Amino acid sequence: MTGKNIVGIVFSNAYDECLSELTGLRTMGSVPFACRYRLIDFALSNMVNSGIEKVGVVTKSNYQSLMDHLGTGKPWDLSRKTEGMFLLPPFSTASSGSNGDKIASLKGIMGFISRSTEEYVLFSDCNSVLNIDIEELMDYHMEKGSDVTIVYKNGKMPALSNVIVMEMNDSGKATKIAVSPVTEDNVNYSLNVVLMKKSLLERLMHEAISLNYNDFEADIIQRNVNKLNIYGFEAKGYATTIDSMQTYFKANMELLNPENCDHLFDKERPVYTKVRDDMPAIYGLGSNVKNSLIADGCIIDGEVENSILFRGVRVEKGAVVKNSIVMQGTYVAQDSSLSYVVADKSVVITPGKTLSGAENYPIYIGKAIVI
Amino acid sequence: MARKMECIAMLLAGGQGSRLGILTKNIAKPAVPYGGKYRIIDFPLSNCVNSGISTVGVLTQYQPLELNDYIGNGQAWDLDRANGGVHILSPYQQIKGTEWYKGTANAIYQNINFIDRYSPEYVAVLSGDHIYKMDYNKMLEYHKENNAACTIAMLEVPWEEASRFGLMITNEDNSIAEFEEKPKNPRSNKASMGVYIFTWSKLRQYLIDDEADPDSSNDFGHDVIPKMHANGERMFAYLFDGYWKDVGTIDSLWEANLDLLNPKVDLDLSDPTWKIYSRTPVAPPHYVSADATVQNSMIAEGSRVFGEVDFSILFSNVTVEEGAVVRDSIVMPGTVVKSGATVQYAIVAENAVIEKDAVVGQRPEDMEDLNEWGVAVVGSGVTVGEGASVAPKAMVDADVRKGDK
Repeated sequence: MTGKNIVGIVFSNAYDECLSELTGLRTMGSVPFACRYRLIDFALSNMVNSGIEKVGVVTKSNYQSLMDHLGTGKPWDLSRKTEGMFLLPPFSTASSGSNGDKIASLKGIMGFISRSTEEYVLFSDCNSVLNIDIEELMDYHMEKGSDVTIVYKNGKMPALSNVIVMEMNDSGKATKIAVSPVTEDNVNYSLNVVLMKKSLLERLMHEAISLNYNDFEADIIQRNVNKLNIYGFEAKGYATTIDSMQTYFKANMELLNPENCDHLFDKERPVYTKVRDDMPAIYGLGSNVKNSLIADGCIIDGEVENSILFRGVRVEKGAVVKNSIVMQGTYVAQDSSLSYVVADKSVVITPGKTLSGAENYPIYIGKAIVI
Repeated sequence: MARKMECIAMLLAGGQGSRLGILTKNIAKPAVPYGGKYRIIDFPLSNCVNSGISTVGVLTQYQPLELNDYIGNGQAWDLDRANGGVHILSPYQQIKGTEWYKGTANAIYQNINFIDRYSPEYVAVLSGDHIYKMDYNKMLEYHKENNAACTIAMLEVPWEEASRFGLMITNEDNSIAEFEEKPKNPRSNKASMGVYIFTWSKLRQYLIDDEADPDSSNDFGHDVIPKMHANGERMFAYLFDGYWKDVGTIDSLWEANLDLLNPKVDLDLSDPTWKIYSRTPVAPPHYVSADATVQNSMIAEGSRVFGEVDFSILFSNVTVEEGAVVRDSIVMPGTVVKSGATVQYAIVAENAVIEKDAVVGQRPEDMEDLNEWGVAVVGSGVTVGEGASVAPKAMVDADVRKGDK
């Protein structure tokens, strides 16, 4: 396994701002996704599935829910005597920028990286959801003689700052790099999964610190497009970057297509998450469920259509849930109706309420709110 | 010497469960899947943990591979403990030779050393064959209050079924007056649940005496308990009120699964204060398609339903294709029911394939002779070929070819 030679770094707080409703009380990494997961599960699973045994999780703020989710790292088999998962809370001296600015975050953890014996470093943010074979990425990196390999997707650029957009030649080498350009066209944008040698990262970081650079994407990647061999590696199939509540909603809904689901939850590369020991879902007599993804622990007596139900959701008789995302432990009482709603954890919808948003603007109901 | 424990549990998990036929061909009965994501042994193990018993010896003998693998280090039940935790106890070689567990009492006898390590006051002896939620701690309190040598959990069964059980006739103070083993004309409907608490110092001596007795069959029910009773030991019945089911036969396994769908049955697996723990498969949420119909069923993660599912239990990673029908059935992990196939009144074991238009089982109302009717069983890994059919009551453990009956 090639992963043994890579140390993984997951940025749990990157781009928190773009999903401010959901990250009010949590990190981007602990945002619930796809019925039973948190966004960080995808980054961590990608890493462990390729044999990576050492992962540093960089945190900045609001990381209580993240710590609760990760525990000792057991579900990802990262609770180990040697290596395993390391939670890297912010050092009081390290100031940390916003919008996924990595230099500040990296400054604080260079000690951790330098002490690692692994030869390579793999970065991953949490707002990109993909299932990728990192062994294949590593092979590609070696075969091309690449210095920095960036996983990208071709499509509309996410509405985020600091997005690397690449133009590449036929062999995949980046010839031109822009950072969050203004464009409506399909571009090759970075999913912020980046592989490079540890020694190179150390050199680039020294340079950045001495020159007082503060922008990883512009000052480290873009500036070096002609000096380094920077290659793009395309993520095929379902891969998505969340940049707003709209894309969060859409990314969940896209999983109702079994093809996308098969790809994201590839049986060869399973996605691990914290276990909750719920019973399987129960469908009552007279329930009516169509085109939905349902997690364990749900009890459904009402109607559910085109929806994502997290663990332990209760839909009473006569209640209707359509085109909605309903998170863990939420209760939808009889004769109430939800359409284009994102209900956070433990929400209670009392009988007879009707809530309806629009496809491009789902209504968000905060954690534990009673309506 | 390990740290002293007040009470430890010994779980008898060596049974073959021969009446479950092909379902226990390669696995011991306690490892038989139940309720969409569980195995039978999850119930006594979870009961132990929830009752505060954190040292459990699991006695295995018959086909232990899958069971050992399933229990692992006990982490799923929070039984990976620095002191105590779950221990698999298989028969082992001794200086005087190797002995299988000859009977339930002998199995405990052979592990006296294990029990002594924890110097417990009390030992709970449990069987790994039943579905029930029970607080052993309450029973232990009762045992202590009575200063008993042995307390046996019992529940009241319907009188018409009483003759199938080991029964107890009790005095007013619930001390045991008499035992009756599967009598024709029962005088009591208080049946033993196979849950015992013993005062260890007493049991230890009885086990040693029992082993020395050449005429003994070394069984709790037949030898040790009657002997204790004959010697006038303080023995009490502890009345349990709740759901309890022996899943020893195909019919009872089928019923016990479908009981989960009956709101009148007192077995709530969603109770957060008494969770039933299990080794959860790594699988995505389950998907129900736009054309699917699901009624009164239980579906576990990783399953995909495109067809019709009615009054059934689907375990993880089951696929029901478009136009396929599953009703009144239990379908275990990884099985695929292809389009046009029908599975009814059946138990389909793991990783089976029911090909297109095949029919497994029959509804009782479609039978000419009801005596011929019964739950059909398809063994694990079996393929039922295109258009083939599996008769009610049949048990198939080899592939059924296309068109065969």
